[in-house]
Amino acid sequence: MAMAALRREGRRFAPLISPRPITAVRSSPIAPSHEDEGPIGVRYISTQVVRNRMKSVKNIQKITKAMKMVAASKLRAVQTKAENSRGLWQPFTALLGDLPSVDVKKSVVVTISSDKGLCGGINSTSVKISKGIHKLNSGPEKETKYVILGEKAKAQLIRDSKKDIELIITELQKNPLNYTQVSVLADEILKNVEFDALRIVFNKFHSVVSFVPTVSTVLSPEIVEREAESGGKLGDLDNYEVEGGETKGEILQNLAEFQFSCVMFNAVLENACSEQGARMSAMDSSSRNAGDMLDRLTLTYNRTRQASITTELIEIISGASALEG
Amino acid sequence: MLRQASRLLARPPRLAARARPFSTDLPAADQTADATFTEAWNKVIPNIDPPKTPLSFMQPRPPTPSSIPSKLTVNFVLPYASALATKEVDMVIVPATTGQMGVLPGHVATIAELKPGVLSVHEGNEVTKYFVSSGFVFIHANSFADIIAVEAVPLDQLDANLVQKGLAEFTLKLSSATTDLEKAEAQIGIDVHSALNSALTG
Repeated sequence: MAMAALRREGRRFAPLISPRPITAVRSSPIAPSHEDEGPIGVRYISTQVVRNRMKSVKNIQKITKAMKMVAASKLRAVQTKAENSRGLWQPFTALLGDLPSVDVKKSVVVTISSDKGLCGGINSTSVKISKGIHKLNSGPEKETKYVILGEKAKAQLIRDSKKDIELIITELQKNPLNYTQVSVLADEILKNVEFDALRIVFNKFHSVVSFVPTVSTVLSPEIVEREAESGGKLGDLDNYEVEGGETKGEILQNLAEFQFSCVMFNAVLENACSEQGARMSAMDSSSRNAGDMLDRLTLTYNRTRQASITTELIEIISGASALEG
Repeated sequence: MLRQASRLLARPPRLAARARPFSTDLPAADQTADATFTEAWNKVIPNIDPPKTPLSFMQPRPPTPSSIPSKLTVNFVLPYASALATKEVDMVIVPATTGQMGVLPGHVATIAELKPGVLSVHEGNEVTKYFVSSGFVFIHANSFADIIAVEAVPLDQLDANLVQKGLAEFTLKLSSATTDLEKAEAQIGIDVHSALNSALTG
């Protein structure tokens, strides 16, 4: 290794002084500090600089590894809850069907996103889909408004759709998610926002590496009646008898509210799972990158260290040979 | 690169072992999900894939059979768990707002709201009783019953003393209530606790 370095130095000095193999030329271009260009394009940086970089990259690797572990444990906790809540929205879809292409005047898009970052691309995906739905449902006499859950979607949507935002809710995950909290939230939304159809956009959790953007539609009772009368998918709804003294309209009202809170609960849990899973994979690739970077820096460090040792040797030897000679 | 490949190969089995099979949520093979939605989406936003809709995640329900089936298929779901998932039973008695309603296979399609009360599931000779807080029940024409409740506990987990205390507390609150909201809340408390009481005694 030292011989190779010596040979490199020899090659560099050769054009200046030909007969002597090793030269006493003291103007060594390998200055002990900062960068330099060798003839083969080898750059010599001070070892201190490289060492500092290595320390910071190693710290980053440790931090991202720890974040991955934390995300994994949080995922395990939320995943059981999310899977258990999956049965909740199925009866509603079985009864009322799923009509994302329903033609309504006022649609409200409820975008669910995370508060914290470093979770990959899931929030951008949700925002893109929300904007797509907004575009899909815009037209004469039709309007679409946003209800935003989570800081990340708020940051993205506030930039260009500020006038369309009705409600912003953040810090959802400060306390562990439970149905009471979500039903209060749903109540707030239902009270303050007028809607014909609510479209909830979230990332459904399939596996730790796969999150599918999904949109669930909840219709207001008037639209349900309208669709039932016009036939089509909801046409069977009229066949259902309604128990109790209340009219069908009142039952449908209660039903729509209950459906919204159930679908929201499932959506919020699924999004939380997706967030943790995305964070896991983002932190994993980040720590892998940091590891690669560390390997490359270690090689550079060793090269630099050996080059400086070689320089010392050269100086000593040339000094000694100058004394003798 | 080979190092990473071996790491990648080693990782998935561990995850698969940790991931649970999603029994209540299988992607249905038939994409009967709204084709009109997908088409409209692709016209307006061609670059992004359309989002999935809940229909593609649900097992489709069987159509109405011509003769009355022998068993009733019950789905009893709560926000925290599916207490019963497609269980075949003989009869369920649900506490609808109009009183206890018995549901047998071949019941007419009904939507009913539930009030706090006892839900009993009859399967052969065994009867399981739950106290439900409130919710909805959908009975479909194909002898499927979906019961969605906000809270449900098996009757043996109820404590009679706490029920009495709660009843007394809410009666006191009702008498001292001033606003309509407080009165309504106190009334709800009384309804639930008296239903609990009758569930325990009756």
